Amino acid sequence: MGRFRYSVSIMPREGILDPQGRAVEAALPQLGAESVSGVRVGRRVELSVDSSHEAQARALVERLAAEILANPLVEGWQIDLLEGGA
Amino acid sequence: MKVGVIVFPGSNCDRDALHAARLAGADAELLWHQRPELGGADAVILPGGFAHGDYLRAGAIARFSPIMGAVREHAARGGLLLGICNGFQVLTEAGLLPGVLRRNTSLRFEHGWVRLAVERYDTPFTHAVPEGATLRLPIAHGEGCYYLATEQLDALEAAGGVLFRYAPPEGNPNGSARDVAGVLDAGGRVCGLMPHPERAAEALLGSDDGMLLLRSLVESMARREALVG
Repeated sequence: MGRFRYSVSIMPREGILDPQGRAVEAALPQLGAESVSGVRVGRRVELSVDSSHEAQARALVERLAAEILANPLVEGWQIDLLEGGA
Repeated sequence: MKVGVIVFPGSNCDRDALHAARLAGADAELLWHQRPELGGADAVILPGGFAHGDYLRAGAIARFSPIMGAVREHAARGGLLLGICNGFQVLTEAGLLPGVLRRNTSLRFEHGWVRLAVERYDTPFTHAVPEGATLRLPIAHGEGCYYLATEQLDALEAAGGVLFRYAPPEGNPNGSARDVAGVLDAGGRVCGLMPHPERAAEALLGSDDGMLLLRSLVESMARREALVG
């Protein structure tokens, strides 16, 4: 049995209006950062899973991402292994 | 003949909904979200507020409260189910209504009076509204921007699933797709809307238009009981 720690990065899907990203971007000229564009704001969740196989642990995280961590209608996600495994 | 009003940790319109349901003539009871059953309620209201602090996304955690299993069964049996504001968000997250409620495009918590156009007067939630009438109701939400992909929204409209739209003079307060303020499920027994009918249940509150919706619900419940009984 091992413990695997993951990050789940949740972002608004392409083409979905991101009012938070737009608001942050609108403030950037005040910081002299006119060269910055394409700001999008998402959310990051970190969690650990006890499992004998990384593939099983990842499948569980994938299920949680789709069922509670993100809303698949408007958000996509990326799962990264932070600790554990080979 | 009883209305059950679900109380999540963070619900804050539960007592208003209870009061309004009683004013509309129903027996009504609060139901704590940890209960596994609905206490014999014939219609269920998911009230406004901030269930579970709205953490993660509004409604995302409430969807997994123990009582939601019974709510799903109630809806599957054709039971009446009304989600108001946060309750609407919970119903979309639970997949009992189509779409999702996103951050208002203004990024502000929007509150005030709105005018609602009623798209259908033949539903359990609107039959007491005089044909052609619009409703004056209050809103108070940060995440009320209704979104559904274009093709799905077309299908919902074609099926008569758009029940309420924001109308002039105040217009759309949150940037929702096609001014949608409330929707109905395919079976016509589950309804969600962002404005608060329970906060406009007596003239003293500035409008009693909300009572038209609550009366519709309570009368529909009685009719159903008559049919079954």
